[in-house]
Amino acid sequence: MYKYDQYDQAMVDARVEEFRDQTRRRLEGKLTEDQFKPLRLMNGLYLQLHAYMLRVAVPYGTLDSRQMHALADIADKYDRGYGHFTTRQNIQYNWIKLEDAPDILADLAKVEMHAIQTSGNCIRNISSDQFAGAAADEVTDPRPYAELLRQWSSFHPEFVALPRKFKIAVIASETDRAAMKLHDIGIRIVRNDVGELGAQFYVGGGMGRTPMIAPLIRDFVPLDQLITYSEACLRVYNRYGRRDNKFKARIKILVHEMGADEYRRQVDEEFAHLLGQGIEPPFAELERIRTYFEDPAFKDRLSDTVDRSDPDFALWVDRNCHAHKQAGYVSATISLKPVGGIPGDASAAQMHLMAELAREYSFDECRVTHAQNIVLPHVEKARLYALWQVLEENGLGTANLDQVGDIIACPGLDYCSLANARSIPLAQKISQRFAANGKGDTLGELKLKISGCINACGHHHAGHIGILGVDRKGRENYQLLLGGSEAEDTSLGKITGPGFDEDGVVDAVEKAADIYLARREDGERFLDTYRRIGMEPFKEALYGQA
Amino acid sequence: MISSDQTDWTGLDEVQFRFRDDTMVDHPAVTVDSFVDQSNAAAVRLEPGDNARDLLPHLDRLALVEVNFPAFTDGRGYSAARILREAGYTGELRAVGDVLIDQLAYMRRCGFDSFAADRPLDEADAKAAFARWPYVYQPAADTQSASSEEPSHGGVPIWTLRHGRS
Repeated sequence: MYKYDQYDQAMVDARVEEFRDQTRRRLEGKLTEDQFKPLRLMNGLYLQLHAYMLRVAVPYGTLDSRQMHALADIADKYDRGYGHFTTRQNIQYNWIKLEDAPDILADLAKVEMHAIQTSGNCIRNISSDQFAGAAADEVTDPRPYAELLRQWSSFHPEFVALPRKFKIAVIASETDRAAMKLHDIGIRIVRNDVGELGAQFYVGGGMGRTPMIAPLIRDFVPLDQLITYSEACLRVYNRYGRRDNKFKARIKILVHEMGADEYRRQVDEEFAHLLGQGIEPPFAELERIRTYFEDPAFKDRLSDTVDRSDPDFALWVDRNCHAHKQAGYVSATISLKPVGGIPGDASAAQMHLMAELAREYSFDECRVTHAQNIVLPHVEKARLYALWQVLEENGLGTANLDQVGDIIACPGLDYCSLANARSIPLAQKISQRFAANGKGDTLGELKLKISGCINACGHHHAGHIGILGVDRKGRENYQLLLGGSEAEDTSLGKITGPGFDEDGVVDAVEKAADIYLARREDGERFLDTYRRIGMEPFKEALYGQA
Repeated sequence: MISSDQTDWTGLDEVQFRFRDDTMVDHPAVTVDSFVDQSNAAAVRLEPGDNARDLLPHLDRLALVEVNFPAFTDGRGYSAARILREAGYTGELRAVGDVLIDQLAYMRRCGFDSFAADRPLDEADAKAAFARWPYVYQPAADTQSASSEEPSHGGVPIWTLRHGRS
């Protein structure tokens, strides 16, 4: 994985000193809260309901054991002994003191980490496929491009005050594991007819209150023009994105209002101009970055046989392991969704353990997924059983990847100052319900996503089943959506009808699951059945005959 | 860097920092519309909604472009500045309005070479901010023009430092 050189380290160190200085000026009253707010946000520091929240960047979700240990230490030293992995492949801490923040950033810088641009109206942390460099179906490892974009977007002087936040995802396979088309820019690395790699640019996707699937803006940007084209996309947005209304300021609104063709035309014009400005990094830089993402020392000619005699283990293998490009290896997902647990939370002890397991079993590497789980990307099949036993002993062996219990949930009203409703207790109740009634094991792939407000941090639009918490006359109320997908078959869920109270929506999810169980045909997932039979049968079950 | 002890008035601006040694324009800047109609004006003020490219046919008679930041959160002026520098504008490029300490280094990189904030900036904090970054990742308006004596290695990107200048 990528390692800082003296330049990367010097920039992160300078940022720590800058933020220390900014915090000092705030505490001395030289900066008003309004002036300080964008500065702390660009260092990942939010003011939440009860305390400051610090969001630490995990570039394209990749961590080594030293970094994971450091994240655990921060949880112990500055927080309440746990952290929360997020849908942007980051980690956030919920109980931070402002005066500690510069010291935390300094601790992070010691392990080549930071909280730069994890919030604020700027280019955020670049996300990617959690199986990058391991997946059997990728055309290349997408992370070198994500790293190049990380460097380009770090402290970019023109894009420090964009109309709104800006999220970029990079993948390199047909299968989309990173919700690519629901980003401000989604990039898919592809190979053309003559074997060259290039980048497809999807621009103007997003969730939030106005969910949109990004249209394809350019089908092949040569890799030696990747940064120049990105800069053109951003410049058009910075100049013409709406600034009169915060809720219409994302690039999806610009692309929608001007139309994809006009946006493409303006980007092309800016791109043609910028090609003459010499802003593209030397190609040698991309080659230098690529050397950090070469394959680890895989063993050759390993057996693909797994001893499945322990049925609990066999179930975990079937559900939580993903095909690897190298014979004899798999990518194993550690579920952070135990029955009744808080989705995405991990204790410091669990983080330390996962760090050790990454070192011991996976060439010192692990990944954070956008579904708030942790992946060990390169595990020998012959050692899987030993790994699973350790996970089981430590409450990390839940076999529910992409099942109904593998819920994405935002922090909700338990932490977040924007939320209208709680998300966490609802996720806990749903996972408990489906564990207790045994139906969870019969449902197969069913992606359930919960947001506590319209901002959609819990990706409810993209859930096979989505739940949106709203405030209805001072009471928490939950709307149910069906039919969303964040994968390559991207679709947006539709609201079933009137909302439910907390217990009511748990019942409603079960009723929807029952319709699926009754109506599914061979091999159909929940989503497939919904798409085939439509909303009506679900509505009837939920609300009765009209 | 020329600092506040050498400030002078141009129009309504009090220029606190200026990175040039030519004479300052001695008349107030006009709006883009009146500038385009007025053949003798040498100073213009761009508002966030103005298109910097409207000035490109007139660069030879321009000595001062003021870019107004009515609110520091509106970043359109950063693009305006770079567009002017990319087109070869070498006159004074002044950031005016809600200009704050923590924007200075970015503005400098986008090509601003004078600063007239609504409220005077703390001298020491501003100097620290100009010198904050030891390097820069990406090319910008400072990449060609600045000398390597300055902070940030004259805007030479880390990418170039790593691989040698071409």
